[in-house]
Amino acid sequence: MGIIETDKLTFEYIRRDEDGNVEGITRAVDEVDLDISQGDFIAILGHNGSGKSTLAKHMNAILTPTEGVIWVDGRDTREEEEVWEIRQTAGMVFQNPDNQIIGQVVEEDVGFGPENMGVPTKEIWERVKESLKAVGMYEFRKYSPNKLSGGQKQRVSIAGVLAMHPKCIVLDEPTAMLDPNGRREVIRAVRALNDVENVTVILITHYMEEIIHADKVFVMDGGRIAMQGTPREIFSDVERIKELRLDVPQVTLLAHELQKRGIDMPDGILSIEELVNEIMKRSKPCQ
Amino acid sequence: MLRDITLGQYYQAESVIHRLDSRVKLAGTVIYIISLFCFKNIWGYLCAALFLAVVIRLSKVPFKFMIKGMRSIIFLLLITVIFNLFLTPGETVVAVWKLKITKEGIRTASFMAIRLSMLIIGSSVMTLTTTPNHLTDGLEKAMRPLKALRFPVHEIAMMMSIALRFIPILLEETDKIMKAQIARGADFENGNLLKRAKALVPLLVPLFISAFRRANDLAMAMEARCYRGGEGRTKMKPLVYKKRDAAAYVVLLAYLAGSIAIGRFLF
Repeated sequence: MGIIETDKLTFEYIRRDEDGNVEGITRAVDEVDLDISQGDFIAILGHNGSGKSTLAKHMNAILTPTEGVIWVDGRDTREEEEVWEIRQTAGMVFQNPDNQIIGQVVEEDVGFGPENMGVPTKEIWERVKESLKAVGMYEFRKYSPNKLSGGQKQRVSIAGVLAMHPKCIVLDEPTAMLDPNGRREVIRAVRALNDVENVTVILITHYMEEIIHADKVFVMDGGRIAMQGTPREIFSDVERIKELRLDVPQVTLLAHELQKRGIDMPDGILSIEELVNEIMKRSKPCQ
Repeated sequence: MLRDITLGQYYQAESVIHRLDSRVKLAGTVIYIISLFCFKNIWGYLCAALFLAVVIRLSKVPFKFMIKGMRSIIFLLLITVIFNLFLTPGETVVAVWKLKITKEGIRTASFMAIRLSMLIIGSSVMTLTTTPNHLTDGLEKAMRPLKALRFPVHEIAMMMSIALRFIPILLEETDKIMKAQIARGADFENGNLLKRAKALVPLLVPLFISAFRRANDLAMAMEARCYRGGEGRTKMKPLVYKKRDAAAYVVLLAYLAGSIAIGRFLF
């Protein structure tokens, strides 16, 4: 069994009018089956309202399924006494960097999780130090979070989760409110965690550039999983991605357009170097 | 910039007073205020003034910062002085119309003024040398016995520190909303009081909505990080009394005993 596994996971938001009568039911997640192995880098893609955030909140037991089951490290999130263990196993980073930092000093914020878990003081300091080092924010430990940039704040949030020693980190659009530089910083930090610390990463995003390093990608649409596969497999089907209202990275799009014009190109080109190599292979050597 | 705002009035310096446990400083302030009301003669005042002077010297905070705290109470101070000056019965010194200034009045008024000023300066020594953070921690621990009475000590301390963290953020947001509304023709500066109060509605409504949204997000983030109240929680920076804190308590008690002895019984 993987670190996160779901069986026909379904979640419905029930809208009620002022008298409490049911006005309508929105199926945000619709019979999703997932199986995520320890150490994987998973990306979940989807446009707004595709249900990806709702799915993410199930992995941390913030929401519990209406129907179906989700197991986090073998624990069923519907069991109330398991909730804290689950939250310790699967940490969560949210979208807005300002609204998830509790401490008034960086190091205090990182220590918040371990404090809640009842970790002894001396060990809290060790965990804070190693987590801040892992995201490259150790020099800022005495800063007020208000003085950091968005990307730095998100890295602090990641460190805050890391200090709880989770097996898995769920990042719910961590870069949506950041500028391109901040976005790069955060993604670099997340990749390092996955590579070096072997933490399972579940990255929820709608930026295509961020998923090219993922081991596996799930594309969601209308609460269902519409596509899944490696990034290369996903990007091979440019038309389908466009249908799901997602952007395709420029290189991939260029390769796809070239292919359409009759130039022989492999599907799913992900990086500029790859495209350059492919073009060089096909061009006649210059005289 | 609003981001650089410092709450309270903490003055950063390296001093013995800064390093003291915040509980000692809280207790010290209380003891000092009590001592101010214990004595009756001029020696008591001298004793309290000397003690305060030594503490200020040790704290390395410039005296002008202490005076700053006085500004807010100058009005109160004036009223107290005036009432005491004119309304104390006794031997008349000057009489203007129906108002009489008496010898006793001058005495009480000046003593009262000195007493109040020393009280304010004394408590600003605490706020100037303790970060709001430490103050909250100190309060939480000092009030712990109240937990037995089901007083939510931890929750209040947590609320205070969250408020301290979000005040600068909300201030910045107010500024942003204000600019957005001005750009769309809102007028916050002209008109009478009623008009200006009404102009605040389009500022406050979005601010409140955003504050609730933030609160919701934060609550979720805290739960996701296993927050479940004060039970079973450890502290990253626990307050532990050190030798210097014990010494400070001894000094404080000695001061209290001394000032009572001097102010009441001696002379």
